[in-house]
Amino acid sequence: MTAWRDDWRRVRTIAWKDLTTERRSKAGFNGVVALGVTILVLFGFALGPDAQAIRDAAAGAVWLAVLFAGVLAFNRSYQVELETGALEQLLLYPGSRWTIFSGKLLANLTFVGLMLVIVVLVGIVLFQVTVPSSWPLLVGVLALGTVGLVSLGTFYAAMASRSRAREVLLPLLLFPMLVPVLLAAMEASKALLGGDLMHASGAWVKMLFAYDIIFLVATHLAFEHVIEA
Amino acid sequence: MTDIAATRDIPRPGRWPWFGAFAILFLIGSQALGILTSPPDRDMGDLQKIMYVHVPSAWMSLLAPAIVLVFSLRYLMKGREDDDLLAASAAEVGAAFSGLTLVLGMIWGRPAWGVWWAWDARLTSMLVLFLILVGYLSLRSFVEDPQRRAQWSAAVGVLGAINVPIVYMSVKWWRTLHQMQSSPSTVDPAYVLSLRANAFAFLFMMIYFIRRRYEAARLERAAEHAAEAVALGER
Repeated sequence: MTAWRDDWRRVRTIAWKDLTTERRSKAGFNGVVALGVTILVLFGFALGPDAQAIRDAAAGAVWLAVLFAGVLAFNRSYQVELETGALEQLLLYPGSRWTIFSGKLLANLTFVGLMLVIVVLVGIVLFQVTVPSSWPLLVGVLALGTVGLVSLGTFYAAMASRSRAREVLLPLLLFPMLVPVLLAAMEASKALLGGDLMHASGAWVKMLFAYDIIFLVATHLAFEHVIEA
Repeated sequence: MTDIAATRDIPRPGRWPWFGAFAILFLIGSQALGILTSPPDRDMGDLQKIMYVHVPSAWMSLLAPAIVLVFSLRYLMKGREDDDLLAASAAEVGAAFSGLTLVLGMIWGRPAWGVWWAWDARLTSMLVLFLILVGYLSLRSFVEDPQRRAQWSAAVGVLGAINVPIVYMSVKWWRTLHQMQSSPSTVDPAYVLSLRANAFAFLFMMIYFIRRRYEAARLERAAEHAAEAVALGER
């Protein structure tokens, strides 16, 4: 059992290191949140000013704003280590490689999760959304969607951040892969905001859950091939 | 003067040119069978005949990611360069076939539905598949080190391939929620034989394309090895 404890300690250490780096230079987080809000505003211009049109599009706009702003966060999570050559050092330590991925995943979940909360609150105001009574379920959908988004984002960023044209490569690889997550999260959110008369959200939540499990496992297994190369 | 490229690097054509000739002739024959023998459809008339290129092309586009998956997994397990080159060849051929399917679908859709594009479940999933394959190919073009390129492509190939059915399911649910007309899925018995013949014809063509692309990839690698050897002063 000490192997599991060691692994968990490594995961925690890496997550804490990433979060501390972010905490000390808040520029990163503030910038990403500002970007998310700006994108929401631009969506407002694109879809509005009719109040009903904006309200209908709220779920989609919020998710896309989180996605576009989140992409910056994923590349950043490898940036500091790449600039200082710390990634090679990290790989010299003994231990399973998946722990590095788990650590970065937890840090990114916290980062993107906090950003999402702020963007959602701003979205509720800007898009005149009435918060439904089923809002705990909505929070669940947001959480599941974030897990799917962040696990694939952190995985593909391990490659994109170390290649040429990283700004183009990460979205190009990531966005088509996220189609199921985005569809499920947007449709479930839309349904819950509209009172879910057709009980459609349940099926979408199940799909989100299945997707998250499949890709959490797949990314953890594939990570060692990607980080060593 | 000794050859610069080692003989092991050059792929031997073997009987493949014969297979290629057979595949092309089979394709011509199947197309002729389809075009000359099938009766016009009740609603679409002769437009129906595009099915003999559009549907087999779609089936090949779905087969390609499965091939990419198999060879990517083999590469991750065994590390043989050939597996990486085969996976990449299958991805490129798959991208070509899925692009072809989309264009043919649009050509069929315009007279049939009146629009160039509809967010139909199958067409939309095919578009996402095309983008997944394009992403795979972009990754390869941005990475120069062959070892790194092979490892990364294999990981991306496996994840992309397992996502294909998930994408299809999610897009289908998205469509059924929004209640639009679906394209006909049952094939009239009069067309089945021609469709099957064309499906095999496309399969043979795809196998031949993958083989030719693989040969080209091996030659590229042989050239890279030779350049390395010259640079290291071995020749």
